Amino acid sequence: MHELSLCQSIGTIVRRHAEDRRVTVVHLQVGQLRQVVPDTLVYCWGIVNEGTTCEGSVLDVDHVPAAIECRDCGATTLLEEMRMMCGSCGSTAVAVTAGEELLVTSIELQEA
Amino acid sequence: MGRFHRHDDGTEHDHDHAADGHAHAHDAGRDVGDMTGYETGTERVQVLEAIFDENDRVAAANRADFAEHGVRVVNLMSSPGAGKTTLLRETLVRLQGKSRVGIIEGDIETSIDADRLEGLGASVALVNTGNGFGGECHLDAPMVRSALGRVPLADIDLLFIENVGNLVCPAEFDVGESARAMVYSPTEGEEKPLKYPVMFRTADVVVVNKIDLLPHLDVDMNLFRRNLAAVNPHARVLMVSSKTGEGVDAWLDWVAGA
Repeated sequence: MHELSLCQSIGTIVRRHAEDRRVTVVHLQVGQLRQVVPDTLVYCWGIVNEGTTCEGSVLDVDHVPAAIECRDCGATTLLEEMRMMCGSCGSTAVAVTAGEELLVTSIELQEA
Repeated sequence: MGRFHRHDDGTEHDHDHAADGHAHAHDAGRDVGDMTGYETGTERVQVLEAIFDENDRVAAANRADFAEHGVRVVNLMSSPGAGKTTLLRETLVRLQGKSRVGIIEGDIETSIDADRLEGLGASVALVNTGNGFGGECHLDAPMVRSALGRVPLADIDLLFIENVGNLVCPAEFDVGESARAMVYSPTEGEEKPLKYPVMFRTADVVVVNKIDLLPHLDVDMNLFRRNLAAVNPHARVLMVSSKTGEGVDAWLDWVAGA
């Protein structure tokens, strides 16, 4: 769906850091709460990079499971399903502490 | 950040990762490509940039412009056909002469919705995302910014941004709004909050529209409310029929405080 525009943003970030060097691998963190379809992301990555220094580069996606922290009892719950409730005490006063990541963590560049 | 990696197998290898600099396991199959390059021909550069940074910077600029002119901004989202435009029409009819309203109308193609909102005292700026934006399924902050030149911020109190009808992508993009409203119609089924949790989680208010249809449907609204509460325990729910006008005043009260 919006993977194409995500790939354009990723390309902009990567090329700013790579300058003119050839990019071989792009490492991403993608949280579970982000509605990103990994296969679509990889497909779009191939399309947007034709003719750029990122052409042929690999997207390495590190998936980050979602977790919430309870404001009442302090327990952390890993979200197996999307239920905003503390797994320990049942409170709904919870805050998301992981799973919303969507970032370029590092890139690998060919030696000049 | 970095605390909850998926460790599917026992293999570990060290690499620079995020700011925490720890080692973590990868799927054996995930590091594809020519691994010999790891040793000799490549250099790893830390980046740590959020992919939405550019969007969020523009969203902040939009928000600052809205604040400077004292304009409240509601980002209106729903699936196609839930009734965003009909609700907006009813809203404009009732606010005529009381509140100065602007609308940014997002649609992939056509000016049909924008045309439906003409003649009710509001200033309407159309953004066709199929026109120069590659047929995007959502509005993002730069698209909204591109429309601001056609929205007289100094002369309005309230701006509705009618997003592209879609339950997935619009939820991901901050456009600089003050609040997010979702329109849901009961014909969509009770399970939608569980199927589209990111959208339902992001809404400050969920307008259940077309409630005049409820007597004709088998839909269980208590089950819908339970499903909504599971993903968004604090969402306000407003029962509305844009057709009969029931509940529209409560919606206007919410908008006034948005």
